[in-house]
Amino acid sequence: MTGGLGRIGVVTFPGSLDDSDARRAVRLAGGEPVELWHRDADLRQVDAVVLPGGFSYGDYLRCGAIARFSPVMEPLLEQARGGMPVLGICNGFQVLCESHLLPGALTRNDHLHFVCRDQRLRVERTDTAWTSDYGQGQEITVPLKNGEGGYVADERTLDSLEAEGRVVFRYVGGNPNGSRRDIAGISNEAGNVVGLMPHPEHAVETLTGPTTDGLGFFTSVLKRLVTA
Amino acid sequence: MTPSTQSEPRTAPAPRTALDTVKHAAGTPGADQPWAELGLKQDEYERIREILGRRPTGAELAMYSVMWSEHCSYKSSKVHLKQFGEKAPGQPENTAMLVGIGENAGVVDIGQDYAVTFKVESHNHPSYVEPYQGAATGIGGIVRDILAMGARPVAVMDPLRFGAADHPDTRRVLPGVVAGIGGYGNCLGLPNIGGEVVFDDCYQGNPLVNALCVGVMKHEDIHLAQASGTGNKVILYGARTGGDGIGGVSVLASETFEEEGPAKRPAVQVGDPFQEKLLIECTLEIFREKLVAGIQDLGGAGLSCATSELASAGSGGMRVELDTVPLRDSSLSPEEILMSESQERMCAVVEPGKVDRFLEICEKWDVIATVIGEVTEGERLEIYWHGEQIVDVPPRTVAHEGPVYHRPYERPSWQDALQADDAAALPRPGTGEELRAATLALLSSPNQAAKSWITDQYDRYVLGNTVLAQPEDGGMIRVDEETGLGVALATDGNGRYAKLDPYAGAQLALAESYRNVAATGARPLAVTDCLNFGSPEDPSAMWQFAEACRGLADACRELGTPVTGGNVSLYNQTGDTAIHPTPVVGVLGVIDDVSRRTPVAFAEQGQLLYLLGDTREELGGSAWSQVAHGHLGGLPPAVDLDRERLLAEILIAASRDGMIDAAHDLSDGGLIQALAESCLKGGNGARVVVPDGLSPFVFLFSESQGRALVAVPRSEEVRFNDMCGARGLPVARIGVVDGDEIEIQGQFGVSLRELREAHEGTLPALFAGDAERAGA
Repeated sequence: MTGGLGRIGVVTFPGSLDDSDARRAVRLAGGEPVELWHRDADLRQVDAVVLPGGFSYGDYLRCGAIARFSPVMEPLLEQARGGMPVLGICNGFQVLCESHLLPGALTRNDHLHFVCRDQRLRVERTDTAWTSDYGQGQEITVPLKNGEGGYVADERTLDSLEAEGRVVFRYVGGNPNGSRRDIAGISNEAGNVVGLMPHPEHAVETLTGPTTDGLGFFTSVLKRLVTA
Repeated sequence: MTPSTQSEPRTAPAPRTALDTVKHAAGTPGADQPWAELGLKQDEYERIREILGRRPTGAELAMYSVMWSEHCSYKSSKVHLKQFGEKAPGQPENTAMLVGIGENAGVVDIGQDYAVTFKVESHNHPSYVEPYQGAATGIGGIVRDILAMGARPVAVMDPLRFGAADHPDTRRVLPGVVAGIGGYGNCLGLPNIGGEVVFDDCYQGNPLVNALCVGVMKHEDIHLAQASGTGNKVILYGARTGGDGIGGVSVLASETFEEEGPAKRPAVQVGDPFQEKLLIECTLEIFREKLVAGIQDLGGAGLSCATSELASAGSGGMRVELDTVPLRDSSLSPEEILMSESQERMCAVVEPGKVDRFLEICEKWDVIATVIGEVTEGERLEIYWHGEQIVDVPPRTVAHEGPVYHRPYERPSWQDALQADDAAALPRPGTGEELRAATLALLSSPNQAAKSWITDQYDRYVLGNTVLAQPEDGGMIRVDEETGLGVALATDGNGRYAKLDPYAGAQLALAESYRNVAATGARPLAVTDCLNFGSPEDPSAMWQFAEACRGLADACRELGTPVTGGNVSLYNQTGDTAIHPTPVVGVLGVIDDVSRRTPVAFAEQGQLLYLLGDTREELGGSAWSQVAHGHLGGLPPAVDLDRERLLAEILIAASRDGMIDAAHDLSDGGLIQALAESCLKGGNGARVVVPDGLSPFVFLFSESQGRALVAVPRSEEVRFNDMCGARGLPVARIGVVDGDEIEIQGQFGVSLRELREAHEGTLPALFAGDAERAGA
């Protein structure tokens, strides 16, 4: 680890929307949020990175398809492969899939509408960098808001994700977008890179969120950094 | 690879055919000009010639015609709108107003050095022609108005009116409008925190798509639309200028360039929310570094409006090199460039020494920025095209001194008969079983049903400051994370009431919006309005408009809430049939600590239910009369603004002092509507007793004003009662939150499950696609 413990970078792409929310979540969890700019190939010595929600580059071409070529992604890919914790939320998840840090892709919701609702999820894996503060099988409720959140991959990939325990979150109480096997979020093999469509950063205060269930993502990674 | 949207600007090529220059116009006084096709009246055209002392050039004619249109000049409405200023509440009540009517939007002081700007605007006609883009660019336009004041936009709301819910064309218009609002607003990262959805046959050929935006800034950040300081540069930045939104002005294009160029340009603008998001962040960074002397967004009438308004409001004149404007389509004529309503553009006036830094910030955000002119000495707006002068006008005559009409108006001949057709005569449910059926019919009717199928397509969470959003009474946004300072907003308007009595109808719209804000615990401060009416050339519609303005101005004075700005939309009619007069009123309130907000949900069993205010038999224009009988007649509920004020004071004090757990204002649908919504939201039932002296039907369905339903924790009952008693507000304990059904004792019971199915199933059944229903 370089720099002070608990420095968590949040990347702003043109069209990022939930970057300030992600920084607030880091702060409320006790970490130090650090702004990262898409044009800078420099992670400013952060210990972990959040790719926030939004419509990077207007979602033109494909969601996340242009953002993956941003200069900031070069050091990010390298350090993620080296074990640095990375969380992709919504558009950030799409960027991680486009970058091949995670398998599969996100497609248009099966009902063809944008959907914003409070979504129940089951935590299926608790040994990732971002989920250690949850209990195995714990149900949490966080906001979900997307137009292209249907997770798809070929059967073999899906089977291997299941077999390797890399399905981190599954939708409970109704699949909101047609995701295969109710998959809401997955991780890479090492468990340091996690992507999901729902928005934990919008569930960190009772005043503005449906719950504070999302805080656990950020406390998990901060604990990991302390013990690393 | 560095992704970038930037490239070298394409500007217009040299002129191809004879250019109608100022010099040419002066030498050809007899040339035929298409003023009538551009919507000008003969006397208006002659007045332009008089102002200029010659015939206008094509470009000048285009500018005057669009700036003197009803939409831009308010020529029919101005004389009535004046009252909002003249009758504005006196000191000390409106000390909150920092910027009033006339700027891009009004600005209100909310304390702690924060200022809030908010405004509602219409995009009715474009949304009927092209629902998705019409609604999307409606959001884009109002957001730029707010941005231009110096504020960060923080939320949007949408008051919507459609034709009959089951009409085939509503299935075309509504999903498109909703997708457009969502598509643009969601991508912009602004939470959508409320609004209205109303169905009525009268909007079938003329839906209303209004959009409200609210923004927050510090006092020192307020910016105005004016160009001052000789030598200051005029910078156009944002999207390239294209051929969209030109509409009628293509008449001129075809006159000027006969051989080339498309004859017809699209009338509806096309939006790019990604560009707008960049424009917002870029502009806010420019504000932070204090780089602009004046700023204006480009909306209706595009560059014509921005340049003439900036020059008119400032000191000095302006010179613009029109051929430097970056174009999307190089075949555009100068007239078309002046008229284009291409979206996502802003115009700033910048001191020469700050231009480099300004352009640098634009480059950082991949926003194209071009110096197109400068502020000059003298008082003329001069526009050049490849060195030749095509416009030379006094800008005030274009922007601020357009025609003013005193249109004739007259109370319609049918008004008496309409008011005499009293809803009291309608057959009404008597038995418990009939009341139960009427309850389910009401709550499942499209107007009274849950709107979540629509609002779930909008992001209400983004920015992380949404404290309340639909289906709450008002939306609430936290402004300061440290202190908890926040604002609440509601929009309301009941066209049925206004049709029965436009004076009272406008006041009732204000009263409801005011009540909704107070029900959240916020103190109402100021008003914005969107006045949607029929043709000003029809004396009946003009009477409705005049009455509504008078009513609203009078009520604003009494409630101490000034109108800070808004918008008028006339000509809302199909053939000779006008829509119901529909004044939509938005009220902004402030709350010192958002953690004290009052939600609508009955969240805990055992809470005591109190009905505040007086219930009388008032059924004219009611939701029940519409649902049960398709009836509209009689008089709307009586207006009592003193009572509204008292009720608001009680609701605010009770919220601040923790005396109530929930509150829901009573409006269309009456008590049963509010009771059902609060129970469903909280997932708890209620046992309710009909008070002595009231018929169960009137108790449940009357729409008497100045009322609210509140849930009081048992521990606060005495204190709450004492407060209401001391202030003289009638209260009645009508029941308790309990069980999982709504039971009207001695009458009927209905389970929450059945109620929920009725209330929440209607809109999906009408509008959800087949794929959605299969997947759900």
